[in-house]
Order: sequence, then C-alpha cells, then structure tokens
Amino acid sequence: MKAELMDFDKALELFEPVLGFEVHVELNTKTKMFCGCANEFGSGANTNTCPTCLGLPGGLPQVNKKALESSIRLGLALGCEIAEHSRFARKNYFYPDTAKNFQTSQYDDPICHDGSITIELESGRLVTVEIERAHMEDDAGKLTHMGGATGRIQGADYSLVDYNRGGVPLVEIVTQMIEGAEHDAPEIGKTYVAAIREIAKALGVSNARMEEGNVRCDANVSLRPRGSNVLGTRTETKNVNSLRSVERAVRYEIQRQAAVLSGGGTITQETRHWHEDTGITSAGRPKSDADDYRYFPEPDLLPMAPSREWVEELRLTLPEPPAARRKRLQAAWGFVNLEFQDVVNSDLLDAVEATVAAGASAQASRKWWTGEIARLANVAGVAADSLVTPVQLAALIALVEAGSLTDRLARQVLEGVIAGEGTPAEVIESRGLAVVSDDGALIAAIDAALLGQPDVLVKIRDGKVQAAGAVIGAVMKAMRGQADAARVRELVLERAAAIE
Amino acid sequence: MTYLTKLSAAALSELLVSKQVSAVEATSAHLDHITAVDTDLHAFLHVAGEAALATAAQIDARRAAGEVLNPLAGVPIAIKDVLATQDMPTTAGSKILEGWVPPYDATVVARLRAAGLVPLGKTNMDEFAMGSSTEHSAYGITRNPWDRDRIPGGSGGGSAAAVASFQAPLALGSDTGGSIRQPAAVTGSVGVKPTYGGVSRYGAIALASSLDQVGPVSRTVYDAALLHDVIGGHDPLDSTSLTDSWPSMAAAARDGLKDGALTGVRIGVIKELSGDGFQAGVTQRFNETLALLVAAGAEIIEVSAPNFEYAVAAYYLILPAEASSNLARFDSVRFGIRVNPESGSLTSEHVMSATREAGFGPEVKRRIILGTYALSAGYYDAYYGSAQKVRTLIQRDFAAAFGQVDVLMSPSAPTTAFKFGEKLADPMAMYINDVTTIPANLAGVPGMSIPIGLAPEDGLPVGLQIMAPAKADARLYTVGAAIEQLLEASWGHTMLSQAPALTPTEMFASEEGAV
Repeated sequence: MKAELMDFDKALELFEPVLGFEVHVELNTKTKMFCGCANEFGSGANTNTCPTCLGLPGGLPQVNKKALESSIRLGLALGCEIAEHSRFARKNYFYPDTAKNFQTSQYDDPICHDGSITIELESGRLVTVEIERAHMEDDAGKLTHMGGATGRIQGADYSLVDYNRGGVPLVEIVTQMIEGAEHDAPEIGKTYVAAIREIAKALGVSNARMEEGNVRCDANVSLRPRGSNVLGTRTETKNVNSLRSVERAVRYEIQRQAAVLSGGGTITQETRHWHEDTGITSAGRPKSDADDYRYFPEPDLLPMAPSREWVEELRLTLPEPPAARRKRLQAAWGFVNLEFQDVVNSDLLDAVEATVAAGASAQASRKWWTGEIARLANVAGVAADSLVTPVQLAALIALVEAGSLTDRLARQVLEGVIAGEGTPAEVIESRGLAVVSDDGALIAAIDAALLGQPDVLVKIRDGKVQAAGAVIGAVMKAMRGQADAARVRELVLERAAAIE
Repeated sequence: MTYLTKLSAAALSELLVSKQVSAVEATSAHLDHITAVDTDLHAFLHVAGEAALATAAQIDARRAAGEVLNPLAGVPIAIKDVLATQDMPTTAGSKILEGWVPPYDATVVARLRAAGLVPLGKTNMDEFAMGSSTEHSAYGITRNPWDRDRIPGGSGGGSAAAVASFQAPLALGSDTGGSIRQPAAVTGSVGVKPTYGGVSRYGAIALASSLDQVGPVSRTVYDAALLHDVIGGHDPLDSTSLTDSWPSMAAAARDGLKDGALTGVRIGVIKELSGDGFQAGVTQRFNETLALLVAAGAEIIEVSAPNFEYAVAAYYLILPAEASSNLARFDSVRFGIRVNPESGSLTSEHVMSATREAGFGPEVKRRIILGTYALSAGYYDAYYGSAQKVRTLIQRDFAAAFGQVDVLMSPSAPTTAFKFGEKLADPMAMYINDVTTIPANLAGVPGMSIPIGLAPEDGLPVGLQIMAPAKADARLYTVGAAIEQLLEASWGHTMLSQAPALTPTEMFASEEGAV
C-alpha cells in the first residue's frame, strides 16, 4: 500500500511545507509523576504499580516535585516563560493502556510557554523554532498484542497491558507552526528533535535515548500551494522514534501529500503511523480539531504557583546551551568539521572534554575515543565511555607521548585497563610492556641483524635507505615489539655506517 | 449484654478503658444485634463478624498487657461501602464492583484500625453515592428505623440507619452534597461533613472530587468529635488535604457543655433556606430550637445568601462533570465485573461498553451522560464554566455571612424521611431535597446535622444544620454539643431513645447477617 509520491524537488516547486512538532520527553525522575512507584525501565510487568497509577477506585495523585523542577528547567532551557499559575487538567478518553481512562495533562495553563530555540543546519542556515508550550503529563501503559502474525492490534487475539510505564512523567514540547522551511524541512525536523534531545540530556532531566522511547516525536506536516496564503490540511505522524526517521517521515509526507493534492485529491486530517522498516506512513485514526477530550481542571490536584525565587534558582543551574558549548569546544580543540561531527555523533563530546581536562591533547583524545575505544565498545556492544575513564586514557596518552609506549603497546595497555588490570602504569608493570629504551640492547640486536644480512648492509651503505626496513623488522621482532621503531631506524642507519 | 449497644461510643469507651467490658463483649453485642435486626433493615452490605471478633480480641490482649490505647480502641464501627477496605468487599453500592476486595485501605480506614476501632462491616449506600434515599443501591434498599416504609436518607443511608438502630455506635460516611447530614437528619442521628481537605479522601471512591468529604456519623456530638479526631488531619496521599494542625474536636465538644457556652454566640439564619418547600413540622422544630438558643444567650441574626438559589443547579453540573470522568476507570480491565457483549467482536471497546451498560444503574448512567454533555466542547463554558462561577458567588455569600455571624443554621433537610418510591420517578424532586446541604459542599465549609425533635405531623426526626467557616470545624462541635445538651435537658431524654422498637428477626437471620 505504498502511496504515490511526487519527486521532492517538484513537490517543493508546487507547494510550501508547513511543519509543527510535538516532542515528548520522558523524565528520569526516581518515581512516577503522581505516585511513589519506581520510574524504571525493564522491571517485571505491572510490578511498579499502586492504586494510584493502576487507576484503582479511591486512588489519588500527588505531584512529583522533582518532575515539576525538571519541567521548569527544561522550559527555561527552551527560553520559555514559566507560568506563575499552572494547573493540571484531565484529558478524557477511553483506552485500555490509560488506567484512569483519562490522562492527567495540562490544558489552559501549561507550566512553560512561549520559548524558542535556534538550530543550525548543515548548510550553516540558522532556523529559529518558536515553542508554543511545554507541559507536564503522565505516560500511558504499554500494550502488547498477542496472537496475531504482525504484533499489531489488527488480527490479535488478545492484548496484555503493562502499567509500569503508566504514570511516568512526560514533558510535551509543542512548537508553533514552522513556515519557510522549504527544502530544509526534513533536516529541520531532524535537527530540531536532535536539539531537544541534546538539551534534555545536558540538563540531566531525561535519559534522552530515542531507542528506548525517552524522546518521541509527532511530526505535523501540511502543504500550501505556492501563491496561496491558506494553510493546507495537516497530518500528524505519531511516534517517530529516531532522528533519521523524523527526516524521512517529513520528506515522505511532503512527497505523499504533494502527489495527492496534485492529483486533485484532498488530505484527510488524521494521525498517521510511521513504519520504520518500509519508510512509509499509513493512515491512523481520523483526527479533527473538534476531537473532544472534555478537558477540565484536575480537581484532585491543587494549582501550582512556582515561586519566582525558585525559578531563578533553577535558572542558575542550567548548563551551557549545547549548541554554544559545541561551538566553544570545536574552536578550542581546533577540530575540522568532520572530526568534530565524528565526536558529536558518537556521543563522545563529554568523554573527549574530560580527557582533555585530564591533560591529554585534543587530537589524541579524539583519535583514541573515536578509534580504538569506539571499536572495542562496538565489539562489546556497550557505550565507549563505559569502557575506560578519561583519566585513564589521559594517562595512557601521556605515556605514548613520552615515548614510553608505542601505539601498538598502548593498545595492549588499553586492553589491560579495560580488563580491569589497573591503571596504565600498573598494566605496563604487570604485563612488562614498556618500550625498550636502552640503546645498548638495541645496538646489540641491530648489529646482530646487520651482520646476519650482509647484502642488506651493503645496500644501506650504498644509500638504499629503504632496505633498512628488513633490518628494522628483524630488530622489532627480536625486541618482541617493545621498541620505538623510529629510534630503531635511526640506530640502524648509524650502525650500518659504523660497523666493521 | 444488649445494653452495650445502647451506649454512646464515649460511654462504651469508659467501660473498655476501665476493663469493665471487653472489646469482644462489645463487638459480640453489636454483631448479635445486627443479626437480630439487619435482615429487615439492611443497613449492612457486608458484615465481617469473625474479623471483628479477632480484632476485638487483639485489643483486649493489648489492653490487658498494659498498653495505653486510643480511648476508642475496642469500639465497633460501621464503614460506608465507598471506602476501600483490604479485608472486605468494597462496592460503592454498585454492581460493577460486585465482590471487589481492594488491595489497600483508605487512609481513614487505616487510621481507624491504628486507633483500635473494630470494623463491623460495610454499609449500604446509593450507587457511587448518587442519591438521597439509598434507593439507588444495586443491592437493595435500607429501611429507616423510625418507619420501615421510609427512606433512611442517602447516599449514606446504611451508615445512618446502622447508628440510629444501635447496630454500631459510630460509622463513617461521605458527603458530596449532604450524604452524611441528610441521612443523619432523617434518622435522628448526628453527622458531620468536615471542612474540605480536613479528612483524607485517599481510598474514598470518588464521586465528585472537589466536593467529596469523609466524615463521622454517630448518636452524639461528642462521639462524632472523638471519631473526627481519629480520622482527621493531613494525609500526603491526598493533595487536597490541608496541612493545618487541628484543635481537638473532642475538647471543643466538651467546651460546649460548659455553662454559658452559647452566650453571645452570633447565629445566622439563612433567609433563603426557609419558607416554601419546607415541611411545617420541620420549620416549627427549627424555630423552637432558635428560641431555646436565644434563651441560652445566643443572638439570632437573619442573613441573606442570594446565590444559594443557584446552588442546586450548579451542583448538578459540577458533580456529574467530575463524576463522568471519575467513573471512567470502571471499564472491566483491571478490577470489577466483566461483561462480554452478546454479539459482535470482543474488542476492548465493546467489552468496556457492555460492562458499563450492565454494571451501572440508571441514576449513574444519567449523571455520566449529564456530565459528559456538560464538559463537551462548545458547552463547557455555558455549563461547567458558569457553574464554577456560581460556586465562587456562593463562597462569597458564605464569606459575607460569616463576616456577621459565628455559625449559620438551617434545617438539615426540607422534609422528614419520605416514603420509598416517592421521589424515584422524578429526579428533580430527589435533587431538590439537597438544597440545604449542597451550599456547604460548594464552598468547602464544614456542616453538622443534629436531631432537634420529631415533626408533629408525622412523628419523624428533624435535623438542624450548623455550618461554620472553613477550618472552624471545632466551632460546630462546641455549638452542636451545647444545643444537644439544651434539647436533651428540655426533653428529658435522648432523641434516639424514642425510636420505635425494631421487630426481632433472629429466626431468619444468618450468621453473617444480611448480604
């Protein structure tokens, strides 16, 4: 059921895309939004539950102050105003994953409103995305559809509900309409979501792992014919859960809607599902602006009035904005864009920064983190920064730069450090890996090698310097690799001239 | 041993503390009396005889060991079925919760247990507390001990009837628009709706969250005060629970017994809660009581509360709106009965719908529909929004009145107990019966009903409602205890000693009492 698509450039010729994003950020508080149950991923089904988050008769909510604090900090980082008076509202709808059959959300009085962030596209274009609001709400439980072939609700015999996620705190960040995106629309989607993710992570308010659903994006797309000032009908593609998918989903919807509109069709206002595997969206339920959730103020919770003093205290806790930090670090380290992007994309900015702070050079830190350590992490299926500490790596780099270790030896030392054998110095000691820096021992080995290969000696003396390679190889082998190859080379040339 | 059932909680407490009577004896006496009379009255939906005796035995053992317990330890109590109890079914009078035993205790129940009171069982009520007669219970009617053909009030008819018929000296009720006070009035007992936020709602099955309040039911003002002291105070599990520290209500009630307790007390009589629509005998007893109060040195001031006129209308928008959302969770997924549709596929939507169709009674459905409508887009401002404005105006009426007087008074209900079926066909007639009690819920102020005599025309109890400013619950107990003392002195007996003897039904009763 792949829809007809129009070529992207052609679509942009005929239509102007208008975007909007709703990003849900799951907070990493210890407990849930409205009860004392653990906010924990991966527990046994329905173990993190209580009368309140199970929606049992008589259960009542209590606001998690840490969640409120995290929401305010997130709002401040998005340049939002923090409401002097804010309250929760009930969003009423029936669905089995929603224990109370209403979501406790915010409607008229969100905690954060009227912010903006500026994102930088790869072209260097700066785009300011206006934030309409960021409000608090509780998450739904998780449905698992059983018995069907596809794991989807269609064709399932029954469904299992796990309410562990029910009541987990979310902040929903809603943008204003984004106009003027033009050809950059897909990239704006990706970059915007990446920016939100990065900010949440920098604040420490969320684990911000898209693959675990900590950050989920709903992408709204509509097309307006060139020359018209009337907005087109929008679709809302739900739960797009990777940065690449956000880009693909926006591009897909532009191409699909352009084809429908150009063919004389109309766009249905609806939610759409994103299919990661096939890269398409499919129609979900129709959605209209008259969708009636019968919002009303939550009578079980008091309105909140965060004091201005508290808000200002929280403002002081904000970290440097990630975009500004990246600019500062790239300049300080002198990395070219590719090098820097490599670090950023590998999520190793913190690691490199800490390694540099521990005394290593920026380039060496980068090479080790994105090279050997990333490779080992990949093999082990873990995060690179979980293998070795920046301080350990800085010590290793210092040893290499002092000539005590060759790169090859350093890799062996690293293995030892990762294996828990101690600090680099301790690993060198216990494994006996230090470079042989005693020229006497080297000269003896070189002399033996030269005398063993008289033809090579002749060649070297005749000025065929590249012939020295064979001798260097033999010496390194004799030294079991624990020699500095550059020093060996120097000595080989010296001895070749001096030897009788 | 039946005399034990005639005692007030305070009197029984004295015997228990002095070890003249054991908690097991007190509990047995009440269980025996339940067996004798409740097959007919049907105040209880569930009687937990064995558990009650076991609890009583524990109290006796602790007391024998010299432990100093709460004075009410060992005193039996009945619990309205709207409150979650982890050892007894909790149905809120609804079929949809038939047999459901919660995995937790409501905060007030936990506090009762901690104080050593002995829960006897769960009392009947209008389904989800929607009604003024207990006729809307899915489990049958409760009879008024004063006249078995009449309603015991509602929604807490079971708790009031249990106390008025000496099946328990104390009971817990819940009051959303009068569900403690009106049953107290029509059964000749005492009922208190505390200040909103004064008593935890955690574990009270919500009808209308912004109006609901749990409170005591008893035969004397002092008993209500003792129970209030046990259940009241801040609960972090209820976000609307007040963090204030409260004075002892029992001490306040004792203050009311002192000479001159009523001297100089300014009593406001609400003009709008009198006249047309009030039964002659109700008005007569009310006016006689005012005369007694004047003689005791109180000052009577007529006050006007012009917006009370709109209270019932506003209430019947706010209540159904909140209830429609609160009752959404009854969907068969996690608890309660499950009903599969007779035809069609077994989707969650169809099963939820069939369950709610079969599990909810007509009054509940009526209010869910009303509330859903009132909250709908396009109607919200006109209905829910306007009702909230009325609520603000009523709060202002109270504020203005309490600027002039210490307490406000009115009859607790416009009429004495009506007959079964009398108002069942006309919901508006049933709703208007709460005209006197609803304003206190809308404003969050505390209210108390105490018996002030029998209406001459039908010989049925009449109640006096006393209201105080928010957080001034103690004032109710002082004034209430003083009036109670004055009235009993003028009669020469207590009100409930005049209730007709109940027909013994031992020969039909089962061990477990009525089901």
